[in-house]
Amino acid sequence: MYAIKTTNLTKKYKDKTAVNSLNLTVNKGELYALLGVNGAGKSTTIKMLSCLIPPTSGDALLLDNSIVSDSAKVKQLINVSPQETAVAEKLSVRENLELVARIYGADRKTAKSKVDDMIEKFDMHEIVNSRAKTLSGGWQRRLSIAMALISEPEILFLDEPTLGLDVLARRELWTVIEKLKGKITIILTTHYLEEAEALSDRIGIMAKGELKAENTAENLKRLADTDSFEEAFIRIAGEGVK
Amino acid sequence: MRTIVFASRNTKEILRDVITLFFGLVFPLVIMVLLSAINSSIPKEAAEATTLFQIQNLAPGISVFGLSFISLFSAQLISKDRTTSFVLRLFTSPLKAFEFILGYTLPLVPMSIAQTAICYIAAIFFGLEVTPNILLAIVVNIPIALVFIALGLLAGTFLNEKAVGGICGALLTNLSAWFSNIWFDTSLVGGWFESLANAMPFAHAVNSARYVISGEYGKIMPELMWVIVYAVVLLALAITAFTMKMKRNK
Ligand SMILES: Nc1ncnc2c1ncn2[C@@H]1O[C@H](COP(=O)(O)OP(=O)(O)OP(=O)(O)O)[C@@H](O)[C@H]1O
Ligand SMILES: [Mg+2]
Repeated sequence: MYAIKTTNLTKKYKDKTAVNSLNLTVNKGELYALLGVNGAGKSTTIKMLSCLIPPTSGDALLLDNSIVSDSAKVKQLINVSPQETAVAEKLSVRENLELVARIYGADRKTAKSKVDDMIEKFDMHEIVNSRAKTLSGGWQRRLSIAMALISEPEILFLDEPTLGLDVLARRELWTVIEKLKGKITIILTTHYLEEAEALSDRIGIMAKGELKAENTAENLKRLADTDSFEEAFIRIAGEGVK
Repeated sequence: MRTIVFASRNTKEILRDVITLFFGLVFPLVIMVLLSAINSSIPKEAAEATTLFQIQNLAPGISVFGLSFISLFSAQLISKDRTTSFVLRLFTSPLKAFEFILGYTLPLVPMSIAQTAICYIAAIFFGLEVTPNILLAIVVNIPIALVFIALGLLAGTFLNEKAVGGICGALLTNLSAWFSNIWFDTSLVGGWFESLANAMPFAHAVNSARYVISGEYGKIMPELMWVIVYAVVLLALAITAFTMKMKRNK
C-alpha cells in the first residue's frame, strides 16, 4: 500500500489547467519533495490531496482512502501547513496549538501534554503566552508548522515551510523534519533546492501542471547529465517552460 | 466536542476585540443615557406627547438596536478567517460544515442574551419598573438575535473584511435604526416607508419587546411570528450558503 497514489489527478480553472493528469506515488514513511517554478501546480496538488478543493477529474488514494469519496477519513489522517501562515491571531501560541490538538480529538489533558511537547520541539518557551498576531513572521510560520504536527498526522503536507525563516530557524526546522523521517509520510514543497536535496528521499519536479520527473536527487542529476542539482532542476523544469 | 472547542475559540476571538465590544455593549448604553437625559430635560407636555423615549419604550428598542452589532461580530470573524487562510487549516481538519456553522453561531447566542440583559439592567437604573416581564423580554429578543446572527453569517460568507464593516457596521445598524420604530414611529412617515418597515423584521421585534414590557401579552405573538419566520429562513439561507461555499471553496 502506498501512502499516496494519484491517478490522472487534474484540476482545471475556467480556461487554465493548474494540474494536468498527475500520476505520482509516495511510499509510506517517505519524504517527498515537490518542486517546480512559480505556478507549476504544487500548491494546487497539495490542496487537492488535503481535500481542500475537489479535483476536476481523476482521484488520489491516501493510505487507500479516496480524496473524492472518503474525504472524512482522509482528513483524520492528514495535516497541512498551508503556504500562507495560518494561525488564529487573537489566540496565544498555547491556545492555537491546543485548538488544533483538540479539533483532532485529543482531550484536554492529552492536548496539554502535546502542546508542551511542541513548545519544547520548536523552542517556543518565551512566546507561549503571546498572541499570535504579535509574533514576527518567522515565529508565526513556526507556530503554523507546529500546528500541523501536533495532531500527529500519518501524512503531513508542508507547503513551503521554510519561507521567511532565518537561517538558524530553517536549520532547526530541518532537524525537526529529519526526526520525523521514516515515522510519517511528508510531502514538502520548496523553492530552496538544497533543502529538497538534503531532506528528501525522492523528488518530483512539476512544470505547467505536469510531473516531469520523479526520482532521487542523485538519479535526477544523472538523468539530466549534470553534477549540480540546480542545473538538473533547470533542465527538467525548463523543458516544460520552453 | 469539536464544535465546542471551535466555538470557544470563536468566543475568545470576539471577546478580545475591544472595538467591537465597545460598539456592541457600550455604544447602545451611551445612547440610552443620552436619550434618557434628553427625555427628562424636555418639558413635561412634550415628553408625554413622545412616549417613544420613555424608558419602557426606549429600553426594548435599544435592546434590539444593540443586537444589530452581533451581525458585525460574526461577519467580521468569519470574513477574517476566510482571508487569513486560517480557514484552510480548519477546512482540512475533521471539522464538518455543520460543526463550523454551529461553532460560529453558538457563542453569539449567549452573547446576545447577555447583551439584552445588560441593556435592561441599565434601563432599571433609568427608572424601568422591575417586573418578571423583563425576563420574558430577554427571551423574546432571541428570534431577532438569530436574525442578526444569520445576517452576520451571510455577510461573513460572501464579503471581505472591508465590505463587512460597511454592510454590517453601517448599513445594517442603520436599517435596524430607521425601520424599527425605535427612534420614531414609522406610521408617522407612512407610505412606502411604513410598508418597508413592516416588511422587515426589525420593527416587529421592537413591537413585540414593547408589548412584553407593557404586559400586553396577547399582542406579542402576531408581531413575533414575523421575526421567527425571518430567523428560520435566514438561518437556513446562511447554512446553505456557507456549506456551498465550503464545498466549492472558490
Ligand atoms: N483559484 C484559482 N483560480 C484560477 N487559477 C488558479 C487558482 N488557483 C491557482 N490557479 C492557477 O493554477 C496554477 C498553479 O498554481 P499553484 O498555486 O498550484 O502553483 P505553485 O506551484 O504552488 O506556485 P508557487 O511556487 O508560486 O506557490 C497557477 O497558474 C495559478 O494561477
Ligand atoms: Mg504554491
